[in-house]
Amino acid sequence: MSSYRFLVNGAPAEVDVPGMRRLLDVLREDLGLTGTKEGCGEGECGACSVILDGQVVDACLVPICQVEGRIVRTVEGLSLAARERGSLDTLQEAFLEHGAAQCGICTPGMLMAARAYLDAGGDGDEDRIREAIAGNLCRCTGYTKIVDAIAAVAHVD
Amino acid sequence: MPAEPPIDTPRNLFEAYERLAAAPARPIAGGTDMMVSITGELGPIPERMLDLSRLDELRGIAMEQGWLVLGARTTYTEIRRSTHCREYLPALVEAAATIGAAQIQNRGTIGGNIANASPAGDTLPVLLAADAVILVGGQRGEREVAAADFFIDYRKTALAPDELILQVRIPVPAGRSLQFRKVGTRRAQAISKVVMALAWRDQGTAGWGDVRVALGSVAATPIRALATEAVLEGARPTPEVADRAAETLAGELEPIDDVRSTADYRRMVSARILHRLLRDAEGW
Repeated sequence: MSSYRFLVNGAPAEVDVPGMRRLLDVLREDLGLTGTKEGCGEGECGACSVILDGQVVDACLVPICQVEGRIVRTVEGLSLAARERGSLDTLQEAFLEHGAAQCGICTPGMLMAARAYLDAGGDGDEDRIREAIAGNLCRCTGYTKIVDAIAAVAHVD
Repeated sequence: MPAEPPIDTPRNLFEAYERLAAAPARPIAGGTDMMVSITGELGPIPERMLDLSRLDELRGIAMEQGWLVLGARTTYTEIRRSTHCREYLPALVEAAATIGAAQIQNRGTIGGNIANASPAGDTLPVLLAADAVILVGGQRGEREVAAADFFIDYRKTALAPDELILQVRIPVPAGRSLQFRKVGTRRAQAISKVVMALAWRDQGTAGWGDVRVALGSVAATPIRALATEAVLEGARPTPEVADRAAETLAGELEPIDDVRSTADYRRMVSARILHRLLRDAEGW
């Protein structure tokens, strides 16, 4: 067991856990942030996508020792700024408007992958959006509405 | 929760060498293979892990006297963005772009692809075709191993237990062409059924020289197809030569049936890919 300190959604976090514990388990079990979902647990489905120092990663593939001193953003942090205005993140709003969520298991990861793409300057080009979310599997929507939602935000930004 | 073996995070290469000399430990960098292996219980759980994430000595991309030098911790995303890689080895950029998707490319490293030594490792045929050299090091010193000598058997490499992969060094000779093709189930997130890299130097009337035909997913290790190379060496790939090379390749490969594909498919597709690469190169 060791102590690891990092920022989650702008707030300092400290956990005393084995260094090989997955970031996914630290978020869900140790910090109670259950917005991040576990799908396959092997980096195929992207359900556990979070943003680590600005890059989208699968939280199931990151040992917590590699998160020491770094900045993590999860779906819970997506709307922090917007919540003060009493609203959701523009991406979350777009997902609702476009019907881009059905069962919801992929949605938190999809939002984080899309957010990382847009924050890195991604535009509304369909091919580029599809590439940006290629690591996030959705078995309900057929992706079209998700792509539309992301494109709508890209065009507004 | 998955197993959580003890892990040590050395702050520099000197400390890492000390730890490895004292007791065996499984290195982990981006974790895109190791974490899957532990969570999925694909093999015995390592007794001890060695976290490479603080070893800045293993980072960076540079051109050094005609060699493209990649630190072992270079990620696929860094390869895709690197102006050096785009200019001098675009085939490696293409290979990096086919590995997983953003989540994997942001974490997975070229050193990890080499150490993991999967027969389906997508960068490995490019390294073989490009005559890459792998620099490894430990307390006993550093040594260079040709990529062609590195992959010994199924997931067995020339790396000793007390050594780490430090760099990949790739010569960039003038006039060399290098093409990459991958066949998978879908464009992203797919493990390859067949992956191929073809390198050559056009010597005009003297035909092609330094021909390399390297493949992944068709044998226990990434391999070079030496008989096929011999057909092409010193020849111009006319349609007749291309037919003969493709036929030689199909005869030379001994792939297996597995969950991703069949031996027959792999043999046929490998021959087809080679044929098309030759046709595209010569423009007939």
